[in-house]
Amino acid sequence: MSDTNAHSVRFVRQSMIPEQEPPLTEAGAIKWIRENLFSGWLNILLTVLSVAFIYYVLSHMLPWFLNTVWNAGSLSECREIRNATWGSDVPSACFAVIKDRWPQLLFGFYPSDYYWRPVLALVVFLAAIAPVLFSGLPRKMLWFSLASPFLMFFLLWGGTIWGPIVVASGFVLGYALFVGLSKAAGTLVGVIAAIVAPVIYWLAIAGPLARGLGAVLPIGLEFVPSDDFGGFTLSFIIGIAGIILSLPLGILLALGRQSDLFLINKVSVAFIEVIRGVPLIVWLFTASLLLNYFLPPGTNFDLMLRVIIMVTLFSAAYIAEVIRGGLAALPRGQYEAADALGLDYWKSMRLIILPQALKISIPGIVNTFIGLFKDTTLVVFIGLLDPIGLSNAIRATTDWQGLYWELFVFIGLLFFIACFSMGQYSLYLERKLQTGHR
Amino acid sequence: MASLSDPQRDTFRLSQLINDSRYRSLTIQTVAMILLVLLFSWLVSNTVQNLQALGKDFDFGFLGEPAGYDINQRLIEYNSQATHGRAALVGILNTILVAVLGCALATVLGIIAGVLRLSNNWLVAKLMAVYVEAFRNVPLLLWIIAIFAVMAESMPQPRAFREGGGAEMILFDSVAVTNRGVYIPTPVWGDGSTVLVIVFLASLVGIWAFRRYARKRQEATGDILPVFWVGLGLFFVPSVLAYFVMGRPVTLDYPELGGFNFTGGLHLRNSLIALWLALSLYTGAFIAEIVRAGILAVSKGQTEAAFALGLRPGRTMNLVILPQAMRVIVPPLISQYLNLTKNSSLAIAVGYMDVRSTLGGITINQTGRELEGMLLLGAFYLATSLVIAAVMNVYNNSIKLKER
Amino acid sequence: MKKSVILGALTIAGLSAGVAGAATLDDVKTRGTLICGVNTGLTGFAAPDANGVWAGFDVDMCRAVAVAVLGDATAVEFVPLTGQTRFTALASGQIDMLSRNTTWTFSRDVDLKFEFVGVNYYDGQGFIAPKALGVSSAKELDGATICIQTGTTTELNLADFFRVNNMSYEPVPIETNAEALQQYNAGACDAYTTDASGLAASRATFETPSDHVILPEIISKEPLGPLVRHGDSEWGDVVRWSLNAMIAAEEYGVTSANVAELAKGTDNPEINRLLGTEGNLGEMLGLDADWAERIIATVGNYSESFERNVGENTPIGLARGLNAQWTEGGLLYAPPFR
Repeated sequence: MSDTNAHSVRFVRQSMIPEQEPPLTEAGAIKWIRENLFSGWLNILLTVLSVAFIYYVLSHMLPWFLNTVWNAGSLSECREIRNATWGSDVPSACFAVIKDRWPQLLFGFYPSDYYWRPVLALVVFLAAIAPVLFSGLPRKMLWFSLASPFLMFFLLWGGTIWGPIVVASGFVLGYALFVGLSKAAGTLVGVIAAIVAPVIYWLAIAGPLARGLGAVLPIGLEFVPSDDFGGFTLSFIIGIAGIILSLPLGILLALGRQSDLFLINKVSVAFIEVIRGVPLIVWLFTASLLLNYFLPPGTNFDLMLRVIIMVTLFSAAYIAEVIRGGLAALPRGQYEAADALGLDYWKSMRLIILPQALKISIPGIVNTFIGLFKDTTLVVFIGLLDPIGLSNAIRATTDWQGLYWELFVFIGLLFFIACFSMGQYSLYLERKLQTGHR
Repeated sequence: MASLSDPQRDTFRLSQLINDSRYRSLTIQTVAMILLVLLFSWLVSNTVQNLQALGKDFDFGFLGEPAGYDINQRLIEYNSQATHGRAALVGILNTILVAVLGCALATVLGIIAGVLRLSNNWLVAKLMAVYVEAFRNVPLLLWIIAIFAVMAESMPQPRAFREGGGAEMILFDSVAVTNRGVYIPTPVWGDGSTVLVIVFLASLVGIWAFRRYARKRQEATGDILPVFWVGLGLFFVPSVLAYFVMGRPVTLDYPELGGFNFTGGLHLRNSLIALWLALSLYTGAFIAEIVRAGILAVSKGQTEAAFALGLRPGRTMNLVILPQAMRVIVPPLISQYLNLTKNSSLAIAVGYMDVRSTLGGITINQTGRELEGMLLLGAFYLATSLVIAAVMNVYNNSIKLKER
Repeated sequence: MKKSVILGALTIAGLSAGVAGAATLDDVKTRGTLICGVNTGLTGFAAPDANGVWAGFDVDMCRAVAVAVLGDATAVEFVPLTGQTRFTALASGQIDMLSRNTTWTFSRDVDLKFEFVGVNYYDGQGFIAPKALGVSSAKELDGATICIQTGTTTELNLADFFRVNNMSYEPVPIETNAEALQQYNAGACDAYTTDASGLAASRATFETPSDHVILPEIISKEPLGPLVRHGDSEWGDVVRWSLNAMIAAEEYGVTSANVAELAKGTDNPEINRLLGTEGNLGEMLGLDADWAERIIATVGNYSESFERNVGENTPIGLARGLNAQWTEGGLLYAPPFR
């Protein structure tokens, strides 16, 4: 363009023309659909396939879901109601079984008057885990977290309150000895005293003491035997106990695997690899079939406890690998700085390394927990009545024999809700930690 | 002055075992060793006492006794008069079969789902997200049972394949999909098929040699040879030629309806398919997340740099993106393969006769040899896991970032 | 690690089932409960109801022993066991007795070191098939696909049956009864085989039971009964005679309705000895005199338990068949109480 007109013709508009609507194809839903669903032949193909798939699934499942019978006492009643309402060849779900048996699926055979106890135990667990998961809460709450396993045990199994208190006081004793003696007589004496004294206390004094206190001040809850545990309560107990109890062991194993001491290192590696190399179901059968062989003749304790011990060992190996990842992710400078400050191994671990390593391991630990929680369904194969085991037992009653999908849908849904929300939390945490480190 | 500090080297005091960091590690390890030996001898002595009390011995002789039960899927010759040891072997092969099939399909599904989840097609991305979340958050056991039941209920019965039954075989009457499994044709190896196999293997070697040659040439001269088309030609042409030259030595044995079931052909049982599908879908969901994370981990700058160098999109993917993504993907992929192999022990839920069902299930139950059986079972799984881990670690090291 | 060990120790203290010594009877009395292994769920034989109360024919056996030893039919801890875990649970002393439709076989009795104390149900393995299949005998099942439950004697019997008759078959082993039925109903197998009692119970719950036929062949003997560990004969006697008391009570016409009346004394010395008004049979067992009276009053005699759980008036609708008294052409034959 020549610049001759530049001074005579003004191309710059003085007044703005009103804003135009974008063309129909470039705005709103149509634009979105075009860009997101039909932007190329591959995309069109994928969209068509997806729609066909969704239609296929829904057309088979929706009628079954929508024609649900909620009020019936047995499967045959369900069928009668269906025949009367929709006709005999219409697919129809019989969720009446859930209405009839949901307390059992959630709590097993736990006495119905005491349903508040497992619920309260879950609340205690959530309250105890909160300061670990959400860093905004006051640190003092961690003391409650330490006490919570005893409180949960007391709530779930009941019995006298003195048992858990007496056992817990052993830890207090050990800690007090450690703090007192390490100042006065050196760390080593402190550590030995902190291990030996509580063990003697637990083995020799704790039992009579708890009985004595129980006789003097009989405070307690109704005792509920392990056989009454079942359903999702059982899954939660095995999962949560497995994770909580395996944390200390997992940390030790992770440190052992990083250790320079040849024997410690090799033993840790062997333990972790053997546990991880064999499927959980084989370990569960070991707990059920073999554990009695390895214990002194005559000892015998209940299956649930054996399963918890096995699951603890199992998850310890996985937790150890997660924490090892956390330890490896720490910059080398942190280890060197701790050494430069003259801290000994345990002090540097306790004060510098582990707090950071554990923090970045939390998402991994949560994921391990999700995996473990899902895997608790395997206990059905050794005869514990977890949700799937209960579904078999429910089907064995004459009322509900022949029922299949409804129970699985319900169980699957509950597992999904629990695992999905935990997974979302762990994702949130990962994102938060990522920004924190960049 | 220096001699003042020397004498201490000669005198060894007992307290050095604890206070001197040179000796302390030795002390700790000795104590740990003693504790470990004590623990083991305690366990072993308990076991010996318990076995004595029960009147049992520790003896693997049961492996040589007749098993007495039938196994439906057997990759080697087996009948109910064969030994428990052979039954265990049949189970081991079945475990390996489903693990290998599962790993392959899970990888394919995982890559597809992982890539599609990043697709800009909203519907597909959401559908994949639903798939991934649904399978990751519901126990595998439920999925196995559900898929097994769905297959039994939605597929036609063999009876329906009779005249007017409403079901038909697919793929030119060669494959029958029934609710008892899928029947596919099997090749029958006639005279001269050995030559065919040799020709085929030779053409595989040819493809490999040509690729090697093409790469060398490209590095030397910059010329690019049409590797793909030549490879395709080498793959098919010699084998097809040999097939006709040898007078069609390989024929197919088609499944036919007879009696209650299809006979002939290869029967892929429902239990195998359900377990295979469930394991693959479940593990595929985890692999999808791994693949997605791997692709996202390669920064966009890499793609842009490759484009700036003038590489075409296909080569950008092959030469730039994938090698870097693989480095992130492979280690977690290994642990997924390990998980899948271990999870195949859930075969118990659908009655797939894997090693846990034969050796660890019926055999233990019939002979009462739980200690010996569980030991063998654990040893098998441990060995498998270690082998997979070792093989994959070798591969992992070969693609690791070479730090200088 | 410390924590886990100690929590373990704590729970052992709280939950331990005690030490399994040789004298199970004393253990049960000290503990105050009987620990009885049952099926995880088998219609009519053992299943928990909506309140978690176990009921069934096998469960009644446990309750009978509990009421004889402890005087309380509810003082039973039921341990659900799978086909795979049941023997270990008994051998290791986790349970006091096993009452879980377990077949009495030579090798279980001798090699696995158990003691079968009697037979509470004479069963046999049969087949069920859809009528539409047009099969009227198991001998016509050559080439058929057959669903079985794993971990039991049924798979061995099935293998033997087809081998002897020189027929081929395709086994579909399934872990639980519910899944096996689902497969059978979907037509994934031509026939389903298990104990005949189980077949009848399952058939009753089908949408149209008349579309299915139970084939006439019974291919095995399945004497099902309670069992205890080898080497504790006192305890074995208690369980054995609790079962016999129920059987004998039916034979002599003692029922839960008239037991209180008859316990005052009758002119039949056999009944008197059974109910403890004559002789000291209870004392010989290590129990009190009216142990059998309690069993009959609480659990009922054999016939009452049978009719309540699996009999013709229940949805399961089993006929007595072999399980009738010997006087009525059955096999039930309690040794004399003297």
